Amino acid sequence: MASFPILSWITLLPILGMVIILFIPKTQEKAIKGLTLLITSVQVILSIVILAGFNYSKGGVFDASSFQFIEKFRWIDIEGFSWIGRIKIDYYLGIDGISVPLIFLTAIISFISTLSSFSINKSVKGYFAMFLLLDTGMMGVFVALDFFLFYIFWELMLLPMYFLIGIWGGPRREYAAIKFFLYTLLGSVFILLAIIGLYFSTQETLADGTKVFTFNMISMMDPANYTATGILSPFNPNNLRFIAFLGLFIGFAIKIPMFPFHTWLPDAHVEAPTAISVILAGVLLKMGTYGILRINYTMFPEITKQLIWYIALFGAINIIYGALTAMAQKDFKKLIAYSSISHMGFVLLGMASLNTLGISGAVLQMFNHGTITAMLFLIVGVIYDRAHTRDIDGFGGLGVQMPIYTGFTTLAFFAAIGLPGLSGFISEAFVFLGSFGFESIRVIAIISTLGILLGAGYMLWTLQRIYLGKLNEKWTQLPDMDFREYAMLVPLSLIIIFLGVYPSAMLDLMNTSVNSMVQFLSESGKFLGSIK
Amino acid sequence: MDLITLSVIILFIPLLGFILTLFAGMKFKWAFLIENVLIVLGFILSVVLLYTKLSGYLDENIVSEFNWINFGVVPFFGEIIVKLGIKLDNVAVIMNFTVFLISMVVHLFSIDYMKGDKRYNRYFAYLGIFTFSMTGIVFTHNVLMMYIFWELVGLSSYLLIGFWFEKKSASDASKKAFIVNRIGDLGMFAGILMLFVTYKTFSFQEIFNAIGAGQLPFNSEFWLTITGLLLFCGAIGKSAQFPLHVWLPDAMEGPTPVSALIHAATMVAAGVYFIVRIFPILTGDALLVIGIIGAISAFIPATIALTQNDIKRVLAYSTVSQLGYMIMALGIGAYVFAFFHLITHAFFKACLFLGSGSVIHSMHHEQDIQKMGGLRKKMPVTYATFLLATLALSGIPLTSGFLSKDGILAGTLAYTSLTGNWFFTFIGFTVAALTAFYMFRLVILTFHGEPKNKEKYDHAHESPFLMIMPLILLSGLSIFIWYTPNPFNADSGWVLSKWVKAPTIVTPESARYSFMVEEPKEGSINNHEEVTFSHEYTHAMHSAHVPTIFLSGFVAGLGILFALLFYQWKKLDADKLAAKIKPLYNLSYNKWYFDEFYNTVFVGGTLAFSNFLRWFDNTIIDGIVNGSAALTRGLSKVSGRFDSSVVDGLVNFMAYFSGFIGLFIRKLQTGKVQTYIVLVIFSLLILLFLFKSF
Repeated sequence: MASFPILSWITLLPILGMVIILFIPKTQEKAIKGLTLLITSVQVILSIVILAGFNYSKGGVFDASSFQFIEKFRWIDIEGFSWIGRIKIDYYLGIDGISVPLIFLTAIISFISTLSSFSINKSVKGYFAMFLLLDTGMMGVFVALDFFLFYIFWELMLLPMYFLIGIWGGPRREYAAIKFFLYTLLGSVFILLAIIGLYFSTQETLADGTKVFTFNMISMMDPANYTATGILSPFNPNNLRFIAFLGLFIGFAIKIPMFPFHTWLPDAHVEAPTAISVILAGVLLKMGTYGILRINYTMFPEITKQLIWYIALFGAINIIYGALTAMAQKDFKKLIAYSSISHMGFVLLGMASLNTLGISGAVLQMFNHGTITAMLFLIVGVIYDRAHTRDIDGFGGLGVQMPIYTGFTTLAFFAAIGLPGLSGFISEAFVFLGSFGFESIRVIAIISTLGILLGAGYMLWTLQRIYLGKLNEKWTQLPDMDFREYAMLVPLSLIIIFLGVYPSAMLDLMNTSVNSMVQFLSESGKFLGSIK
Repeated sequence: MDLITLSVIILFIPLLGFILTLFAGMKFKWAFLIENVLIVLGFILSVVLLYTKLSGYLDENIVSEFNWINFGVVPFFGEIIVKLGIKLDNVAVIMNFTVFLISMVVHLFSIDYMKGDKRYNRYFAYLGIFTFSMTGIVFTHNVLMMYIFWELVGLSSYLLIGFWFEKKSASDASKKAFIVNRIGDLGMFAGILMLFVTYKTFSFQEIFNAIGAGQLPFNSEFWLTITGLLLFCGAIGKSAQFPLHVWLPDAMEGPTPVSALIHAATMVAAGVYFIVRIFPILTGDALLVIGIIGAISAFIPATIALTQNDIKRVLAYSTVSQLGYMIMALGIGAYVFAFFHLITHAFFKACLFLGSGSVIHSMHHEQDIQKMGGLRKKMPVTYATFLLATLALSGIPLTSGFLSKDGILAGTLAYTSLTGNWFFTFIGFTVAALTAFYMFRLVILTFHGEPKNKEKYDHAHESPFLMIMPLILLSGLSIFIWYTPNPFNADSGWVLSKWVKAPTIVTPESARYSFMVEEPKEGSINNHEEVTFSHEYTHAMHSAHVPTIFLSGFVAGLGILFALLFYQWKKLDADKLAAKIKPLYNLSYNKWYFDEFYNTVFVGGTLAFSNFLRWFDNTIIDGIVNGSAALTRGLSKVSGRFDSSVVDGLVNFMAYFSGFIGLFIRKLQTGKVQTYIVLVIFSLLILLFLFKSF
């Protein structure tokens, strides 16, 4: 088993599928859809194999030896030219307890959004080719341990996303696609600059004793690998670590999206086809918080701690601002998009607690938000497919016409407002327990609890306006859910209920890693001590 | 079978009922029978649990827990294990019995009452999940699980209030109930955060032990008080206490049996039950605040109930008022009577609600008491049981309500005699008079006199057996004999002398009421309360007892007398009086304008602010984004123009210039060899001359 490169398979399988799809004639739509479904289901199986083989006692995070399913070999090696020196880039994959829930999430969401994509009729071949490319990009971000590779995957998902929104989207798709693309690209530029800075500041020793610059992310977490004069080296008294931290942070914050960088999200969601919204909310947003956790926290622990209060503050702003803005929306999908902003605030707040409870809560919230919001967008999709409108006030009384659909909606809505027994509650509760347990952000935590109340407010109000009340005469012809929609919503519902009742299934998976992370952060002294 | 297994089975039976009924209900018409059979089974097991516990394990607390989430040893906190578990003490098993009894009779009552509803099966499924959630609250041994089931109860309440969601008023009411409850829950959640951060555990007993050992939140009694009050916020929401009482009257939009089960007998009592559970950690200051909130909540709704005309709303306000009584009783330290009143009230109030359901059912969904009257002839059983429960609620001797209410009133008197504070006594007796008045007004207008609506009256009929039987059962439980052999004093009865005892207080002695400080045992009267209360208090309770009987009998009689004078004998004219004290009447009739105030200030304020934020988001934030894009485009235009005119102009100019030069130079290109030779030689000479000079 150890020799089977499972991470490469799960990551690159979609690209393989894309290549095959390119050879299928475009009239063979069924074959294309079937192949995509096959590939994403294999991904789900692979992710389950990974879960089964995952060793709960290995921490990972900053310790290269305790990452799992590692694949590492020299990928690019260019003998020195001019001042850059020898360029050596590894193909380096590996996972720990922080990435493993997200890999599972990515697999599940890809599978479900493939099902959702079956309703696409316009240039099917192009769509699914792009879709699979996107899949690889997402998966790659969560498994890459080499910064160069990480960046490639990061950018790789940008391009297909642009086309998927820009070609298969709604009426204002071009505006939304460009906005999404440019905004994210802006973030990527910051990230790239920081990566280059880090590259020229860290060195690793090769077998023959020579030192070369490195893109190895794990090496960048250890001050011992920094050069004395590197621009981002803690040993350099004039280092630019603070600015680099901000650059990375903003780059990732755009993806979350964090207030005030969030306005691309509602536009992108409103225009994107349902399946793409599901992917966007389900997986893509997590790349932002994952990046902060995986990169900012571990490579700049001393600055993280210095700025932790602000991270918590922005988390709180996201929670409350997102919730209040959601309340005023008239477009169902836009409302869900803003609620998504609000829920991602919990992730930030939990991360800011710097303790096990909060960070576990944050990672769990990433997963739970992925499943819950995916479900919410699917629900919007179900009604949009039938009614071709998303105007909240244009509905009413659907509970009479579509009782089963309403049942699923009620479940998803209550999961979103953190009803105990459903998964959202657990992660929110731990985010609050953690952040309240950290003295410096205690007040912010208390203020953020308002988000729970506001969440109940806008969700129930929406539930009332769309599903309760007298049935609007216009909608007496709407059929209830069909088989494909069951196949999308039932698995997500089961996950939401299962993790609400038995959260340990996910928490145990990440516990060792989260503890290592917390320990590492509390000892950021390694970095602090090296600055004199 | 041990009691823990039994209680786990009891807990999950209604959940099973919910799941089976919900899914089977989509296909099979008879699915509601599953839920009904299961609930009867659950009741039987609850009786077994009650009997076994009280006969075999009277003074034991049976606790069983398991690790739900195990973080192991973590940095900063040490070991963190979240445990869920069950604690069976007498309070829990009695409460569980009450819940299942009322739930069962409500199920049976609903079989006929809800007949013909298009979501018949779903209704019973919802009752199932409610019973499950409520049982969870009753059995829990820790505050997190309390919160979990607390919210689940909120969900079932939401589903049941909004059961007829086609009506806007119903869906409004369900939303309001959930959100108002959430406000209280926020406080409760904050309290839980405080407890957890201080004690690293959720378990009641472990928290009690730690406080008993002197460990306080932020090391101060003040913060212990705050923690207690934060937790109490949850009870304010759930038990509809002032200022969050506004949701309960609206909750009457739900089917009437639901009102009986949830919004009278069990769920709203959960707040009181919660305070009963955390009573040991409440400081004197916290109790005082709790008492005051309870007193206000007892008084305001009682004044509102005087003028309401909807039969269910009168009962709803009466419920808020009685819950206020219980909360007040806890606040002044009358722990056992608060719990006792919770139980007795559950039976007779459920009886009243089901009775009103019987009336509404036979009146074809007429709820206005102004349009009723004379129904006692048509519905004798409903009338008799309703009257008996009314007597109990009014606190007339020989009823259960008399026993528990007198205990609370005696508690207020004892409190007054020990502290000199008359507030609670005054409120207690005033509310007793008001209660007797509005309840008899209700009975008289509904059942006595002449029928106001002849047509509906003619169609009215006594309800079928399944609806009558619960009324008889519940009204039977409103008689004293089930609780004590002595109809005037419950102290010697088995409930209070053996089953329910005040817990040991764990707060620091300096933070308690002076009369709650423990004293050495010797020489005290043989009474259980010595553990918790001083002799002084026990003594004051005893001496307050007899005056209370007379005083409360007097005020209740007064209330009834006035009700008869106004509505039965018409010696006094209610309308004239109302006209005379118009402002007061309006205040009461309009429910003290709470809804108007909240709607304008909080709901309106939030909506306005959220609309502002939407504008801000679209215009300012997105404006900056789009603005920067526009700015970039503008800049690119400028640079484009620069490029095409200046940069490219320069290039073109260069070309033009060189062309121009070329034109000039071209003239030299004559094509004649002689000219070239001359030029070459001439140039050579110039060059030679130039080089020579170096």
